[in-house]
Order: sequence, then structure tokens, then C-alpha cells
Amino acid sequence: MELSRRDFLKMAGIASAGVVVAGSAGTLLTGCTPVAKSKDGSLAGKQMAMLYVPSRHEEGCTDCTQACHLKHNVPNIADKKHEIKWIWETEFQHAFTEYMENDLLKERMKGVPYFVLCNHCANPACTRVCPTKATFKREDGVVMMDYHRCIGCRFCVAACPYGARSFNFEDPRDSLSKPVPNPNFPTRERGVVEKCNFCSELDIQGGELPYCVQACVKRKGSLEKSALIFGDLADEKSDFHNILEHLQKEEKLIPLRRKEIAGTQPKVYYLV
Amino acid sequence: MIEKALRGSKKYWLWLGFLATIAGIGVFFYVDQLWNGLGITGMSRDVSWGFYLANFTFFVGVAASGVMLVLPHYLHDQKEFGKITILGEFLAVVACGMCITFVTIDLGRPDRVVNLFLYPTPNSILFFDIVVLSGYLVINAIVGWSILDAESKGEKPRKFVKPLIYLSIPWAASIHTVTAFIYSGLAGRPFWLSAIMAPRFLATAFAAGPALLIIICLILRKTTDFDPGKVAIKKLSTIVTYATIAGFFFLLCEFFTAFYSGGAEHTATWKYLLFGEGGSGLQPYMWGVLISTMIAIALLVNPKTRARHDTLAIACVLVFFSIWIDKGLLLVIPGFIPNPLHEFTQYWPTGKELAITFGVWALGFMVLTLLYKIAISVKLEIGDHEIHH
Repeated sequence: MELSRRDFLKMAGIASAGVVVAGSAGTLLTGCTPVAKSKDGSLAGKQMAMLYVPSRHEEGCTDCTQACHLKHNVPNIADKKHEIKWIWETEFQHAFTEYMENDLLKERMKGVPYFVLCNHCANPACTRVCPTKATFKREDGVVMMDYHRCIGCRFCVAACPYGARSFNFEDPRDSLSKPVPNPNFPTRERGVVEKCNFCSELDIQGGELPYCVQACVKRKGSLEKSALIFGDLADEKSDFHNILEHLQKEEKLIPLRRKEIAGTQPKVYYLV
Repeated sequence: MIEKALRGSKKYWLWLGFLATIAGIGVFFYVDQLWNGLGITGMSRDVSWGFYLANFTFFVGVAASGVMLVLPHYLHDQKEFGKITILGEFLAVVACGMCITFVTIDLGRPDRVVNLFLYPTPNSILFFDIVVLSGYLVINAIVGWSILDAESKGEKPRKFVKPLIYLSIPWAASIHTVTAFIYSGLAGRPFWLSAIMAPRFLATAFAAGPALLIIICLILRKTTDFDPGKVAIKKLSTIVTYATIAGFFFLLCEFFTAFYSGGAEHTATWKYLLFGEGGSGLQPYMWGVLISTMIAIALLVNPKTRARHDTLAIACVLVFFSIWIDKGLLLVIPGFIPNPLHEFTQYWPTGKELAITFGVWALGFMVLTLLYKIAISVKLEIGDHEIHH
């Protein structure tokens, strides 16, 4: 069979389409999440995680939200459409939308606040989609934001299955007191995305607790009794692990995570 | 050749002046947005992409549809398309430019746009999309311009043009596929999480783009001495017919999966759009699109109404605008409604947002007018004899 020039070019066209598709598939499958490595390797192997025990919540208490938002200079914006939230209170069926049609469960959970925040997923969708690596995962699993690199495209906001990300539609400094609540933490500029950082500015891998957990521990007296518990999930000898064991075995609580179906592997557990 | 754009009738200058005014208004409000931030738009924490990205998505389709002239002309030797292939190529150039503009004006920090290239991230579909869009713009600009230049000098096009033409064909499919992947690759957005997204994007693109080209051809026939040729318009109308039907079929497939499966999260947005559950702002547009698409299909399928230029024009206008509304208001925005916590936040573009959006449209049509003026002047100079590349 003799190939005409036209036939050859037709085939070449199809072949190059194949190359384009295969090429993009290749990049998609490999290296989906940029991981920033620590210089001394101190973060490697750690898996920072959070527990929330709704039954321990005291009515009306929002100490965690207040502590977090003060320490991180999160503005209190009046316009609900432009709100910035790092950790906030919602109802069970909003935190766990897969149960929204279960009336019995909804009734049971009525009035119990569920605090929601960034889940610092092991397989985060936000870092996968970010076009500039402005959001990335640290070796200890903390999902971080670089406010100086973010171009404000809001792809991460679209990708996050938990609504954990806020975009600065307004200048956040306009809604902060002067001087700012915490001069040691940077304020953000208009036009960038922000979210909970698991208090990466603290020595969390060395045992320091995030501000939200600190606030709860202060009210409850100890980490064992706190509604918010924080630690290294990978360290089986830690206090964190003992508390988790106790909650499951003694108190017969079940560790739920939000939207398992999204495949993100959240590291915030709700013990219900 | 550029000088050809500088000689025109009074009408030509009036049209350009009109577009320049709209573009100027858009620029004015964009400066306002630069000054005051994206807070001037209707977007919110929950609906974080709006009219800009919707128009971006639509125009990627228009850009990709240039291939509907290039492919039959160069791969299937359809000589009737010879005269208007250049219109498709220049339309692709302008549409790509508009897309890149829409993405840029949507950024919270446009001053940092260069970060896209300083920190290239191939696993980000948005990064990928910007790369393929810029590539498609450059390819079409080179191909269109060098063929036109060669024609005006009565020479054969340069050697490098032909491989570029063949490259542009799969590239066209890739730009819209990648754009669909922006949406269909997010597990947290059930409304977009559909494998049929890319085929649906391509089908609607190949309907809306050629529909726009038919409208442009009919306008050019009236306002200039240039005749795109009856056969070309007829063939284009066949493409519009099949693509519109395919696009509508894909939409019905979405309905089937959503409603027959009964999956609560998957149906929530469709119930919002069709039945107004959670807010009725977009409901009339959804029904408007369904009805106008069906009218357009009726007009296109009937050979008599497809052949008549007045009814064909109506059908094409219906197709173009219903796909614009469908991809714009009814695809990008409802992806955010309800939000991941199943809360319903409504979205509607603000006046300023609309002014900026139509400013980009006007800017695009200005460049298109200039390019078409050059192309048509060349075509009229070399006369109506058949052109072989």
C-alpha cells in the first residue's frame, strides 16, 4: 500500500494528538503534590493531626475561633460575602454533608456545634491545582500558604472540598484594629488566599500546641479533657496517641473525617 | 499589509469608535478594580469564580472552533473553505487573546502574573491551560499572517507553515480539553465532576464558534464586497447543526446521570438550576437555554430553514447566545452552588463586572475588525479566483 502525502499527514496529526494527551497524563500522574522538605530533616516522618470531640463542647464557647483569629490577625469583615475564616462553627449536616438527608442523625446532632478548619489533607487537592506552588505541603503534612507568591487565581478555593479557604476580596487591614492584634504575625494583602496553617509559626513538631487547642486546654484544664487535641499521628508513643486510644477504646467514640469520598485523606478527626 | 486597516469607510470608523468607547468604559472600571480589588464584583467566599472565568471558558471554545474550518480545508481538501479559513484563524487568535485577558483580570494579584512562569507547575491544569492557549494564539497568528502575506504577494506560503497547520488541529482540541479539565478534575465539586465535560465542551464549542462565523459571514456579505461563498456557509451550517445536537445530547446525558442515580450531592445543583431549590436567580436562564436550543435545533434540522439565510441567522444567534449563557452563567457559577458545606450563596455579576467583561469583548472585536479588514482587503485585491495553498 502506498501512502499519499495527505494520508501521511493525517496520521501525523493523529499521532501528535496522542503525544499531547499522553504528555499531559504523565505530568498529572507523577508529582501531584509539591512537598517542601525541611533542611535538617526534622519534619520528615511526622503527621500533624487534630482531633475534635463535639460532646466536650461547652454551650456558646468560641474560644478556639477567637484565639486563632486574634493570633493570626484574621479580620472581622461585616460583609458575609467577603468573610475570612480559619476555624469556625457550623452544624453537623453542613460539616458532614453526606448525612444531610439522615433526619434521625440530624435530630441527634441538633445544637452540637462542629468546628471546621483546613484538614491539612495527606492528599490535598489545593496544592495539586495551584499554578505557582504558592500552596504546598510540608514534610510533616502541614499545608502551607505563601502569601507573597499567591497570584489570587482562587483555583485552590474551587478545589478544596471543605470550603476551608478564604480570598481577600477587601484589604484585610481595613477591618483590623490598629495596632494589629498580633504584631508578630504578618497581616495579609488584598487579593491573596488564606486559611488555617496549623500554627506553623509555633514549634508544633516540638510539642507546642496550636492557639485554638491552647485556648480549649486553658478552659478545660488539660489536653486529656480538651475538646480540641493536637499532635503527631505518626508517633505511637505520644500523649496524642494515648488520648486517641482512650477516646476510641474507653469512651467508645468513632473517628470520622469529612468527605472521605473526595480522597483527600484529611487529618482532622471528629470523634463522635 | 497593516496599512490596509487604516483605510476604510465612515461606517468602518464609526464601528471602531463604538467598540473603542465600550472598551474604554471597561478599562475605566478595570482601573477601579485594580484600585479597590475584586470586591467590586459579585463574587464571594462561596462563589469565588464568576463572570470573568465563565467568559474565559466560553471563548476558549470559540478559539478552538477555528479548527472546524482548518480541518475540512486542509485535511479533506474542501476548497470552498479556502476563502474563509483565514477568518477562522484570526477569530482563534482574537479569542485566545480574550481568554488570556479574562484570566488576567480575574487574578487577585495581576502584578504577580509572572509567577506563573517563574514557578512553572505542570500538575496545575491552570498553568497547562495558559501554556496551550498562548501556544495556540502564536500558531494561528503565524499561520494566518504568513498565508495572507503570501497571497497578497502572489507567492506560495513559506515552507514552515504547513506543519504548523497540521499541529494546530490537535492543538485546538487540546485547548478546550485542558480547559474542561480545570473543572472536571475536582473531587470536591460534584456538579463539575463529569467525564463528559471535555466532550461536551468540544461539542458546544464547535456549535458556537461556527455559528459566530456564519453570523460574521452574513454580515460581511451585507457590508462589504467580499463573498464568503454560499457553499461555505452551507457547509458551516451543517457543522453547527451536528455540533448543536451533540452538545444538547451531552447535556441530556448529564440530566440522566444526575436524576436517575438520585445521588444527593450530584443532583443538588441541577435541582437548583431547573427547579430553583435553594434560590431561583439562574432558573429562568436554564429554561431559556433549553428552549432556545430546541428552537435552534428545529430551525437547523429542517433543510428549508437551514438553507434560508434569515432563519439560519436566527438559529445561529440562538445557538451562540444559549451556549454563551450555558457555559457562562450555568456551568462555571453553579459549580459553587451549593458550597462544600451545602449552603446556598447566590451570585450575580455587578454592573462594574459586566462593564469590564464587555470591555474585553469590545477590545476583542476591535482587533478582530482590524484583522478582518486586512484579510478582506487582500482577498478583494487578489480577486475571486480560487486560491490554492
